[in-house]
Amino acid sequence: MSARLYSKVLGFLGYTLQYSCIAHCTFEYVGEFVVCSGPSMEPTITNHDVVFSERLSRHLYRIEKGDIVIAKSPFDPNMNICKRVIGLEGDKVCTSGPSDTFKTHTFVPRGHVWLEGDNLQNSTDSRSYGPVPYGLIRGRVCLKLWPPHSVGTLTESPNAGRILRTE
Amino acid sequence: MSSNPFTLTSPTRHTQVIPLRHEVQVLQDMAQTAGFGRKYVKAFVSGFFIAVPVTVTALDRLAYVARVEGASMQPSLNPQGASSSDVVLLNRWSVRNYEVQRGDIVSVVSPKNPKQKIIKRVIALEGDFIKTLGYKNRYVRVPDGHLWIEGDHHGHSFDSNTFGPVSLGLLHGRASHIIWPPTRWQRIRPCVPPDRRPLFDGRGSEDDGDDVNDDDNTK
Repeated sequence: MSARLYSKVLGFLGYTLQYSCIAHCTFEYVGEFVVCSGPSMEPTITNHDVVFSERLSRHLYRIEKGDIVIAKSPFDPNMNICKRVIGLEGDKVCTSGPSDTFKTHTFVPRGHVWLEGDNLQNSTDSRSYGPVPYGLIRGRVCLKLWPPHSVGTLTESPNAGRILRTE
Repeated sequence: MSSNPFTLTSPTRHTQVIPLRHEVQVLQDMAQTAGFGRKYVKAFVSGFFIAVPVTVTALDRLAYVARVEGASMQPSLNPQGASSSDVVLLNRWSVRNYEVQRGDIVSVVSPKNPKQKIIKRVIALEGDFIKTLGYKNRYVRVPDGHLWIEGDHHGHSFDSNTFGPVSLGLLHGRASHIIWPPTRWQRIRPCVPPDRRPLFDGRGSEDDGDDVNDDDNTK
């Protein structure tokens, strides 16, 4: 009797371990669901939108300019930020806001990316804290799942002019 | 039951199992010893296909083994230079909440090259004032959520004196043991070089960091 109970408990623990490991691998290497909050990505992503972020292109180093990414905040590793990639390493980016009279430019250093929110008036991003190391990027947002009327749509950046194409 | 172990498998079942002769043998043995043998074997076979996710998860969450290259951490790691490189155990569980102490040897994703991981010693935590060695500013306050890391081999190390403080989010693991070569098997104890103590730390007291280190050693 005790042997049966023992095997049952052992089997249950084994299954729990298996499924948690599968879940870990899925969330770590395939993708995860993220609830976004805050106004910095309006109008592309509004408050409390649910998006799907895929991890593969981050692991394969396929992040490109114009992608929306989820990254760890450089000042608080437990907080995540959702921004658009404006420049990759070596790119020239504009560091001044849209209303500034004098335009200032800088180059993104090696191994870093330049992140900006779509809502330039209300976004704390690389313009205030500088380029972000690539290693902090967690995933690329590829699908919007909620609200229902805008499922699957991720519009282009409203500030497309800020992404400078140098090639 | 023990006289004829094949009663365990029905005829149809039997023909399926036959190619795996070893498994049949295991089934027989297990049936004689314990009632849950069949269940166990089934769990084992399916567990084999689970082994990959479990291994990946263990490497991601618990511990990781890595070989140290380069001379930047001499004499703590790789004391003989290029002739023999150390293999270290990186404890990933202890850094899950991004908690490290001054003096720990940690691996971080290189801020200059995300495909590379670098292994360095933590010199200062967030809020500490530190005298730098050849950085653009002579004195630096480590910003919130950042670490100041340096190699033990000053002048031959690509560390915070070159690229500045690194974000805690890049933290990968804490080196806890040297596991290869066997003669060098040892636990890595946190120790700050005496001349590299922070001028004053973020919490305001001079010796606080050392006390924390001592507590950890006695565990």
